[in-house]
Amino acid sequence: MNNNNEIKKQVVILFAGDSGDGIQLTGTQFTNTAALLGNDISTFPNFPAEIRAPQGTLAGVSGFQLHFGSVEIYTPGDVADVLVVMNAAALKANIKQLREGGIIIVNSDGFDAKNLKLAKYPNDVNPLKDGSLSKYKVYEIDVTKLTRSCLEGSGMGTKESDRSKNMFVLGYIYWMYNRKLDATIEFIKEQFKKSPTLLDANIKVLKAGYHFGDTTETPMNRYEVKAAEMPKGTYRNIMGNQATALGLVAASSKADLTLFYATYPITPASDILHELSKHKNFGVKTFQAEDEIAAITAAIGASFGGSLGVTASSGPGIALKGEAIGLALMLELPLVIVNVQRGGPSTGLPTKTEQADLLQALYGRNGEAPVAVIAASTPSDCFNTVYEACRIAVEHMTPVFFLSDGYIANGAEPWLFPSENELKKIEVHFAENKLKDGEKFLPYKRNEKLVREWAIPGRNGLEHRVGGIEKENETGNISYDPDNHEFMVKMREAKIQKIADYIPEQKFDQGNEKGKLLIIGWGSTYGSIKTAVKESIEEGLEVSHIHIKYLNPLPKNIGSIIKNFEKILIPEMNNGQLIKVLRDKFLVDAIAYNKIKGMPFTAAEIKNKIVEVLQ
Amino acid sequence: MELNTTTKLTAKDFITDQDVRWCPGCGDYSILKQVQTVMPELGLKREEIVFISGIGCSSRFPYYMETYGMHSIHGRATAVASGLKATRPDLSVWIVTGDGDALSIGGNHLIHLLRRNFDVNILLFNNEIYGLTKGQYSPTSPIGKVAKSTPMGSIDHPFNPLALCLGAGATFVARSMDRDPVHLREMLKRSNNHKGTALLEIYQNCNVFNDGAFEVFTEKASKKQEAIFVEQNKPLLFGENNSKGIKLEGLKPVIVNMDEGGISANDLWIHDEKDATKANILSRFFDDVKKENHLPRPFGVFYSEDRYCYEDVLQQQVNDAIAAKGKGNLNDLLKGKNTWEVK
Repeated sequence: MNNNNEIKKQVVILFAGDSGDGIQLTGTQFTNTAALLGNDISTFPNFPAEIRAPQGTLAGVSGFQLHFGSVEIYTPGDVADVLVVMNAAALKANIKQLREGGIIIVNSDGFDAKNLKLAKYPNDVNPLKDGSLSKYKVYEIDVTKLTRSCLEGSGMGTKESDRSKNMFVLGYIYWMYNRKLDATIEFIKEQFKKSPTLLDANIKVLKAGYHFGDTTETPMNRYEVKAAEMPKGTYRNIMGNQATALGLVAASSKADLTLFYATYPITPASDILHELSKHKNFGVKTFQAEDEIAAITAAIGASFGGSLGVTASSGPGIALKGEAIGLALMLELPLVIVNVQRGGPSTGLPTKTEQADLLQALYGRNGEAPVAVIAASTPSDCFNTVYEACRIAVEHMTPVFFLSDGYIANGAEPWLFPSENELKKIEVHFAENKLKDGEKFLPYKRNEKLVREWAIPGRNGLEHRVGGIEKENETGNISYDPDNHEFMVKMREAKIQKIADYIPEQKFDQGNEKGKLLIIGWGSTYGSIKTAVKESIEEGLEVSHIHIKYLNPLPKNIGSIIKNFEKILIPEMNNGQLIKVLRDKFLVDAIAYNKIKGMPFTAAEIKNKIVEVLQ
Repeated sequence: MELNTTTKLTAKDFITDQDVRWCPGCGDYSILKQVQTVMPELGLKREEIVFISGIGCSSRFPYYMETYGMHSIHGRATAVASGLKATRPDLSVWIVTGDGDALSIGGNHLIHLLRRNFDVNILLFNNEIYGLTKGQYSPTSPIGKVAKSTPMGSIDHPFNPLALCLGAGATFVARSMDRDPVHLREMLKRSNNHKGTALLEIYQNCNVFNDGAFEVFTEKASKKQEAIFVEQNKPLLFGENNSKGIKLEGLKPVIVNMDEGGISANDLWIHDEKDATKANILSRFFDDVKKENHLPRPFGVFYSEDRYCYEDVLQQQVNDAIAAKGKGNLNDLLKGKNTWEVK
């Protein structure tokens, strides 16, 4: 027995195994337990598109990276300190993610001849035996065997028993990091409340994994990662898609509107639907439509009737919604369009992340078709950002794009959640009949925000018709008049630009407001840029960082910020999209830094680029 | 100014200030007239009525109705209406669509609306041609139709719209025609009275691109021979002086001559809108009128079934969730199950 408790400031663990091994669940459980202990956290699940890719193959490897610490954590970590692998394929696919000297915990049963072959190791090569892992500390545990013997006499077959392997590993890692089992035991009780056999089995195996740490003769160290110093308050753990769902419920609740969420299942957006469908007691109505087009047009129908219409998808689905977005902006009705971006084009990389739909959101429609666009930067920021999307949609009677992506949608972090009364007010005004005798209702008459009234069916005297055909100013009647068309096109653009008067000015995330280098980011690159810039500033480099949430319209001070820097660097997980927009608007000779690998930037990549640009 | 709702509305109250822009002689004029005439008789307030359309000649309809209205995009009126009805069950929602809009570009939404059975009315103007795009064949055009895009004749097998709708699980299916105002008004009322999706196909003449497509059914000289008007609990009779009838031999409909001896009305097929099997057979009365011994084309209510409406059960689930968990508390939701304190 060995009880050397070593204190660590931060640790990155990468769990990897077959997609049927329960890796995502293992990772999520460790995350929740770490969060409850007060660690700062960031996670990154990485799994294949196939639900059950052939077992044991490289294509079927599922990973969950977890970065936790007693210091502030902004990313899931560039390299792992600990790699947990359930089979040979998981090792092969992830070994390059492990730092030199790192720990590998191996399920030795996953390295038999069959698994080695499936992982495409050459004949007679076993990485556990050929010395190729000598740079690392390897701990072999026959998890399969130990799990089976733990469940002997439980009446469960080997196939069933093997499903609990992940619990053994989780128990062992809990021991390694001095964690309590309580939260996971509670989870198991909830999860298997209908099946006492599985409930008992999973708790038994979880405990067995923990006790294995205590009793085994392996000279394994134990580690301690203390609570992080974070702003005071009550925290919870939250994933991006979950935060998006809560943000929508909160906005509808604050605005006192029915939330109508119409969508068609698509990776990685579906979890928002799953979450929302649990909250019908908030009056939420979810609608799983027959296709993407039906989803958005049903949401438009709901908005026409005075509900908060929301639709969500990922890139390919958004492409299908294009025509209807144009309709919504012609109708000038509130509509929130959630795009949880993934690798494209076409079907692209369904389970991998990318931020390549910015130009699609800004311009991807026929005609002059401006809409508001805003983007979230972290999992918990999805809450604030989608809430803001709802506010803008309702107060400015316009479709609003809310951009998230697979990285933050599935990633998790601690969240200093707000209370209801801290949330910004959302003003809703339905048109009332104040017409004088003989006066006609003018559906397209605008207020000082250039916004028309929301006149919902059921109100006597306000009967009116709207449609996708160009309409006459104020009356909304069909008009093919050339001057009217030009006027209306410019009016719709002016209306969107007017939103800039009702959003905050751009603030600096870090650095001085003047200097050598400004990094401009948007969306989920936030954590990597923040970490890299923090390190750079600590090392005396002159670098600043702004992260743009409001992408259309842009905050009014972006142009003046840009002028105060010698160089501008724009890192994006695409082939250069925000850079096109900023070049167009401000004629700035910015430097693009692009990564299009379906994987987020590491902080080190950004840091190296900063050093290179400043040389 | 609020309209005095105690005064009874008239057809005039449903006419807008917009010029009607269909071609002179178009069958749509008659349909518009009948809809405006029927509206005051439905016991609805004008502000509770919404007309939603897609794209096509018929889809200009909402602009001519002094109610709430939306002229949406091609094929999607059914989906827009679904979202509206899901959130506003209190409204009377009418969808105006054509054979291209409903059966071609919007085919998917039509079948899904029918199976969900939202309580809305669909007026499907079928003219067997694309009018607004100036004369291409449509999904209901007969094989061999010579049109702008088919100079050698169409090779598309046409849809049988009512059979399609019954197949999709429609709870109310009826057919009428622009040239029979009395029958059309009756069918509009029946559609409105049905709780659930009412699908009313209206044969409509496009006098510019497909003139006379339905004239054998609508014109005096042939109407009695070619059209059969079905009524609940009445035998299927047609022809001059009801000289012909339809008899069911097993599942096979057979035309019988009432003038010949040995047959009485009691031997005939008695129409029953509640009978799904009969409705399916009736929907297959779809022969080419040039075929010898073809069956007459039925008009009237083919089928009417009581089934729950999507919007009601959707609301019921909300009510059940509130009953089970209490009305949502936002602070509790934001807090979640597991929290920790940083002091």
